[in-house]
Order: sequence, then structure tokens, then C-alpha cells
Amino acid sequence: MSAKIYQCMEKIGNDIIENKEFLTDLDREIGDADHGVNMARGFTEVLAQLPQDEEDMGKVLKKVGMTLLSKVGGASGPLYGTAYMKAAGAVAGKTSITLLDGKEMLAAVIGGVKMRGKAQRGEKTMLDALEPAFDALTKAMEEGKSTEECLEAMCQAAEEGVEFTKTIRATKGRASYLGERSIGHQDPGATSSLITLRAIQAFYLNNLK
Amino acid sequence: MVGILIVSHSKKAAEGIYELAVQMAGEDHRVLAVGGMEDGSIGTDAIRIKEGIEKTNDGDGVVLLADLGSGILSSQMAIDLLEEDIAVEIADAPILEGAVSAAVQAAIGGTLKEVLEAAELAKQISKLE
Repeated sequence: MSAKIYQCMEKIGNDIIENKEFLTDLDREIGDADHGVNMARGFTEVLAQLPQDEEDMGKVLKKVGMTLLSKVGGASGPLYGTAYMKAAGAVAGKTSITLLDGKEMLAAVIGGVKMRGKAQRGEKTMLDALEPAFDALTKAMEEGKSTEECLEAMCQAAEEGVEFTKTIRATKGRASYLGERSIGHQDPGATSSLITLRAIQAFYLNNLK
Repeated sequence: MVGILIVSHSKKAAEGIYELAVQMAGEDHRVLAVGGMEDGSIGTDAIRIKEGIEKTNDGDGVVLLADLGSGILSSQMAIDLLEEDIAVEIADAPILEGAVSAAVQAAIGGTLKEVLEAAELAKQISKLE
């Protein structure tokens, strides 16, 4: 399993880095045009420092969080740093996880981002992708859907959440200075959250299914 | 003596504010600046802020002044990362005026609460009246 958490982080990192320009362009519309650059810088360092032979997923994810804290630079540093450290806490000591663990990680991530960002759903942030994703995952699990179906439901909801961010105004972060003018643009943080969830789904389909 | 930590996205801004604060505080001070990222680019780094808090604290606590947006988020994160029990207050104040005012209050032996109040008072001082 140790190789797999490493590979999964590699997939997430590479997808974020690949979307550097896209995320930066989104951030240019309503922010300070650094989200893609910052995230790519953070994940480049994550990939360089990722312990390949560490079995404990909690330790791997904590390392990811600490690296993001010191290398991202913008608000997404403490936000994603907190997210990965909370996810780490949910799977501390584990060398493999179930879908239920995954759900608990997502719950911990959402709690951490809310606490750090003092934000709620509906404020044009990461939470507008993550919370619907969590709700859809929970519902699909309760309905006894397969892991594949659960992950698709989760990602679908995150995607709809990103679409929803186009319709609302930002009240948090740099985009809040724009007020009404932030409407019509999708939130970069919600988008990088969606990219992360899609990367986890793709990793599952390609490696674990 | 209460420590003062200046946190800015920009290395130059942090150093400049440090320069002004220290000029007012005199030689014996515990003011420290953490600006930008390790490689000199614009940003804030929670790990270096945490180290700054540890360095400037001598047991009397630290008043932290930060600039925009992630300056506050990274500072709050840094406080959560502290392993030692250090009293840290983030001042709700303009970074430059707050740092100067806090540094003076700390230099004359103010408590953590007094230094924090001095920093936050800077928010209310009118420059034109």
C-alpha cells in the first residue's frame, strides 16, 4: 500500500501542475492570478519530498501538508496544508484504507478548511466543491452503490459545485473585493479541489479497481 | 520583553517595517521580521512564521502583525503548529503603524496585553486630524 499512497499523491500533484495555467487564468479573473503558480510550486516540492517507502498514510499526508504550508505562499498554502494535515489525522497509522476511511478523511478536510478559512458553503470557495462531494459520497454509500459509482457521484457533485460557484459572489479572500463582479467566474480553489477529487477517482480506476 | 513579529508577503516590506519599528524601539528590542517565501518570492510561509515566533519569544509572549489575506491565515496556522506553549496575539491593526506602536510599548516594558492594545490603537489614529 505504501507505494500506492505515493502514486496517488503523484497523480494529484501532476494533475495540479498540469492545470497550472488554467488555475492561474481563473484566478486572474477574480483574484491575484497566483493560484495555479502557487499550487504548482507547492506540489512540485511535494513530489520532490514525498517519502516513497513510508507505509503510514498519515505520515505521508502530514508531510504533504507541511510541504504545502511552506511552499505554496498564498491563502491556499494554509488551506490545503490544513486539509492534508486533517486528512492525515483521519488515517494516522493506517497502511490501507476503505471507502469509509475516505469519507472520514473528506469530513476532516471540510472541517479543517472551515475552521482555517472561517468559511461556509455558498461563499465561492473550496467548500462549494468539497461539501456537495461529501454529501453525494455519503448518499451513494448509504444506497449501497459500488465504490466506482460512489466516487463518480462524489466527483459529479463537486463538478456541479464548481459550476455553482459561477452563479454566486465571493465573500471570502481576494475575490471578495470584487463583490458583484465576481459573479460569472468559477472559483479557482473549488476548481483545484475538483481536480484533486478527480485525480483520486482516476487513481482508483487505474490502480485499485 | 514582549516579542514583535512582523509578517509580510514581501521580504522588502517586512524588512522596511522592521527598520522603522526598531528605530523607534531602540537597541534593546525583540522585533523580528518574516517576509516572503524562503526563495525570496512573494508569499507567506507558516513554517517560517512559526520559527519566527519561537525565536522572538523570551517567555513574555509575542504580538504578531501581518499584512493582507494569507498573512493572517498563515500566522494562525503557525500558532496551531507551535509545540511549545507560547502566548501569541495577532494584532488587528495596520502592519506598519501597529508594529511601530507595539515596538515602542514593548521597549518600555509593556505586558503582552498592553503591547497588543498599543498595536490595535494604531488603527484608530487619524493621520489628518
